[in-house]
Amino acid sequence: MARSSTQRQTRVGPATPPARRAGTLDVDALLDDPKTGIIVCCGSGGVGKTTTSAALALRAAERGRKVVVLTIDPARRLAQSMGIAELDNTPRPVTGVQGDGSLDAMMLDMKRTFDEVVISQASPEKAKQILANPFYIALSSSFAGTQEYMAMEKLGQLHRDSRAAGTYDLIVVDTPPSRSALDFLDSPERLSSFLDGKFVRLMMAPAKGPAKLMSAGFGLIVNAMTKILGAQFLKDLQTFVTALDTVFGGFRQRAQQTYSLLKADGTAFLVVAAPEPDALREAEYFVERLSEDGMPLAGLVINRASPEPTGALSADEAMTAAARLRQQDAGSLTAGLLRLHGDRVRMVQREGMLRDRFATAHPQVATVVVPALAGDVHDLDGLRTVGTLLAQG
Amino acid sequence: MSDWSKVRLHIVSGKGGTGKSTVASALALALAGKGKNVLLCEVEGRQGIARMFDVDPLPYVERRLTTGLPDEDGGRGVVHALHIDAESALLEYLSMYYRLGRAGKALDRFGVIEFATTIAPGVRDVLLTGKVYEAVERNSRNKGAITYDHVVLDAPPTGRICQFLNVSNELAGLAKVGPIKAQSDTMMTLFRSPRTAVHLVTVLEEMPVQETIDGIAELRANRLPVGGVIVNLARPQDLTADDLAAARTGSLDQARIEKDLAAGGLAVTPTLVEDLVAEAADHAERRALEDSQRELVAKLDVPSYELPRMAGGIDIGGLYELAAHLRAQGMA
Repeated sequence: MARSSTQRQTRVGPATPPARRAGTLDVDALLDDPKTGIIVCCGSGGVGKTTTSAALALRAAERGRKVVVLTIDPARRLAQSMGIAELDNTPRPVTGVQGDGSLDAMMLDMKRTFDEVVISQASPEKAKQILANPFYIALSSSFAGTQEYMAMEKLGQLHRDSRAAGTYDLIVVDTPPSRSALDFLDSPERLSSFLDGKFVRLMMAPAKGPAKLMSAGFGLIVNAMTKILGAQFLKDLQTFVTALDTVFGGFRQRAQQTYSLLKADGTAFLVVAAPEPDALREAEYFVERLSEDGMPLAGLVINRASPEPTGALSADEAMTAAARLRQQDAGSLTAGLLRLHGDRVRMVQREGMLRDRFATAHPQVATVVVPALAGDVHDLDGLRTVGTLLAQG
Repeated sequence: MSDWSKVRLHIVSGKGGTGKSTVASALALALAGKGKNVLLCEVEGRQGIARMFDVDPLPYVERRLTTGLPDEDGGRGVVHALHIDAESALLEYLSMYYRLGRAGKALDRFGVIEFATTIAPGVRDVLLTGKVYEAVERNSRNKGAITYDHVVLDAPPTGRICQFLNVSNELAGLAKVGPIKAQSDTMMTLFRSPRTAVHLVTVLEEMPVQETIDGIAELRANRLPVGGVIVNLARPQDLTADDLAAARTGSLDQARIEKDLAAGGLAVTPTLVEDLVAEAADHAERRALEDSQRELVAKLDVPSYELPRMAGGIDIGGLYELAAHLRAQGMA
């Protein structure tokens, strides 16, 4: 036989390739690193993003850092326990934090943040005109990308302010549960590309320059839109766009600043998911998008994992035995216990398989798995528990 | 007899992560009894239906998806699917109502379509709901279109549902007159009528249940018809109330379990009984939390339905199984 036997080979046929994976995410190392200045948690809705951000922020604070956490839509009781039940767009100190660090928390007020940007960028007169425009009111409170943009705008503000005053050394941001991953990553550029849009530029043209800019095609459009939407719609839109034009440069500049801030070394993105196909698929989008844009991805948090069964009994064995017992006694307690065990083993196996597949596709992503808690988290003790679980990996 | 036999438009909402797309699909299967045509629509651009039913991504065309859950005598209807995107809806709308000719093309060229569908607030929602409205009421200009017995909409989550459906409100202040305004008012008439029901999906956890309670209040405040509450992912109920209580206090009869395990043909190892009892205690704690949330759902004064959590995940067969649960409980 030609094969040398320095390494004895007993296997014939394919085997799983050796895993070269980033392994477990070291949360404490991330939180303790003084270079970590911003942590952005992103992921689809319902995966426990807000709780994860709050737990990370609390843990960092109790490990000595000066932290502010920016949340989007926390559960009421959690918000109350952190003292941010009121939406006032200002960080408020959280009481009950142990140790030398500090923790402030704030809930994002989308409209207010938008208003503040306008006020800071436009002359008082222009600002007043913009704020009163029906188009602005609708845009600032319901525009699909506004929440994403404003979360990033507020992050930029907090970062600038805390740099200047030394208030915080770590900002933890919770992101809106975006319909698609792209919304959130695109948003820093989005408002400016809105103002850059062909249509918007045409809308501005008549007010700015000679009428000859109005091509025949554009006239047709205006007619069509007037027919469908009514003349007032276009008039309001035009006023709005023209007014915004004055603050346009400022918007653009800020958006770009925030974008480079996100890209900088001090930022760490954490993708949060649940061990479900949909949530992991969203997580995949995030991971891919973040790497495409060269955003610093720190790792993946898989929340709500089913607790590992304690026993070694296999699901099939348990189910078979349960069926046998049920035949004799339909209400058998032991059969019930065995079925629960079998159910649990199956859940854990399925989740394990989903996680494995994700890890195979994205071996570079360090991961931490957080087991589901029996109850909801609505106080600092609960957040502390989540923090411990995050750190244990 | 179904609880919602008068309802033509079933809107399925719920907190993110509770499984509203799964429930909407199962409901469509359950509604498609003998001779029935059901349309399942999605509007969020996620192609969830295609994934769930393992078909190619859906276009902006009504397409036969599958057959419904069979009746007792084996009769079954047809489920169609439609993926609604705002851009296509706008173009269809324009060609249905306006002979725009050159202007239609110009709209696209000048980026108006993109502008209107991605940026202009409210307009997007109006276009999406407008197509849903058309599928229910069928416009006479849409020649040869199927008339559906039921339309099921996999809708945006609870936090956005009222804003999404309240189209005339969204447009208020923007388009005060004109055909769009008139049409959004007509749409509201359907959405507020007994022919529509907004169902909310939840799981038995504090936050989703609270969101459901708030959602119902908000729907009522907006005069939108509240449908049923579907409790999804309920844990298996293999233990009796007495056994659960015993499991919580750690007083399960271990000697008896050991005897049963042997009788069931298992090799009883020293830790096996302890492990099972420990798992039972954990399960009992979760069940107690679920039960307290279930009581809150029961107090809601709307019909509720319950779907089990499937340990192996949801595949197409699983959707039919869930559909059977919904039908057996009178939802369809």
